[in-house]
Amino acid sequence: MTDLLSKYDPLIQERETLLATGVKDPFSLVMEEVKSPTVAICNGKETILLGTYNYMGMTFDDDVQQAGLQALKDFGSGTTGSRVLNGTYSPHKDCEEALKEFYAMDHAMVFSTGYQANLGIISALAGKGDYVILDIDSHASIYDGCSMGNAEIVAFRHNDVEALEKRLKRLPADAGKLVVLEGVYSMLGDVAPLKEMIRICKENGAMTLVDEAHSMGFIGENGRGVCEEQGVIDDVDFIIGTFSKSVGTVGGFCVSNHPKFEIMRLVCRPYVFTASLPPSVMATASTSIRKLMHSGNKRAHLWENSKKLHKGLRDLGFELGTPEAQSAIIAVIMPDLERGAMMWQALLAEGLYVNLARPPATPANMTLLRCSLCAEHTTEQVDQILGMFEAAGKAVGAI
Amino acid sequence: MASRKEIMAKVEALIGPFNNKGVELKDDTTFAGDLEWDSLTVMDFVAAVEDEFDIIITMNMQAEIENVGQLADAVAKLMDQ
Repeated sequence: MTDLLSKYDPLIQERETLLATGVKDPFSLVMEEVKSPTVAICNGKETILLGTYNYMGMTFDDDVQQAGLQALKDFGSGTTGSRVLNGTYSPHKDCEEALKEFYAMDHAMVFSTGYQANLGIISALAGKGDYVILDIDSHASIYDGCSMGNAEIVAFRHNDVEALEKRLKRLPADAGKLVVLEGVYSMLGDVAPLKEMIRICKENGAMTLVDEAHSMGFIGENGRGVCEEQGVIDDVDFIIGTFSKSVGTVGGFCVSNHPKFEIMRLVCRPYVFTASLPPSVMATASTSIRKLMHSGNKRAHLWENSKKLHKGLRDLGFELGTPEAQSAIIAVIMPDLERGAMMWQALLAEGLYVNLARPPATPANMTLLRCSLCAEHTTEQVDQILGMFEAAGKAVGAI
Repeated sequence: MASRKEIMAKVEALIGPFNNKGVELKDDTTFAGDLEWDSLTVMDFVAAVEDEFDIIITMNMQAEIENVGQLADAVAKLMDQ
């Protein structure tokens, strides 16, 4: 018998080698108690959270929690059904209304996760013989959506406008083309030049989809994302997003002004063949989304936090993923996985949690300590965070 | 249109800057095994080949191309279309 797991032997070996150096397993942290969007107890120690994507700190919002509790009482703990059968309750429709209000768009469709939203929409839009043109650094859910739809995949160099244009021009003029972009790329926290890219897509007859997972609620005057910030939101065909970041719960969605959009409910397999989200989750999401529409002050404070952390880390001598703060993600580039893991552990010992990101999730085989800020981090906490980075960086010889 | 020999010569010239180990290039020289390229190098090289011949090599096609000879054949086919 061939052991089907033997193909993972190199990865098992790499993990064993890493753990043998004495570092804790960075991929099995447990939060024993969560005190707020920015503080949890890990290994019995109070820890500042700087790697949660909880950008707007909505997870402990009173109104959000109350809405969830009420819906749990009124509608029960789950739907036990697909959105197209018995799984659409009024909170699901209300959540889609909240999204339409938030984006000022005609249609909204809620999926059980953001991953499934990309999987479902991309595979249903681009089938065999169609082309998906994507940034090489696209999220796994985008690649998986391409594979699921059997589309031809054409990748271009990260954020390279000219490379995108060249490839679009080489494709058959009459072929179906979907260009998939992200507003903020989650590994380095850099923003896409959407203004130029969307224009080029239109000129070359391609439809466009932008994943705003890491910008919703924060970037743009109304928090609609990088599309809004760069003034191209009306030219984009589909926007994909998630509830598991700024919104502070779980779920995914697609919004669009396309007149035929509603048919997607019947043809997206990850929408049809899975249970819908619990009504309590829908109630927390819609309450949070409506509050995010009027959170200009929180957005301003989050920008202050992000800029302060970026400048502070750069001044300490760390190498960062972007020349300036472009989003709420600040990526610290580490020389290799071993030193990255050592630094991660030293930070945790100081009382700070960040994400350790490693290949193949990262671009250019980089090991990253990825920091994501929250609007609920106080200025004092950002100062504390910088102090922890300085102490840990000196302890492991990273600075 | 270009002959396979001409295509092969151009492909070899494009491999040059990425051939850090000075591996001798034959039809059955593999990119992953012999040249030891990682995914990032492959991406840069594919972009160079695409620009040189003004073609698109989709990721679906790339998955089927393992060695230099297969690449030259694929380029010839794509230029023929």
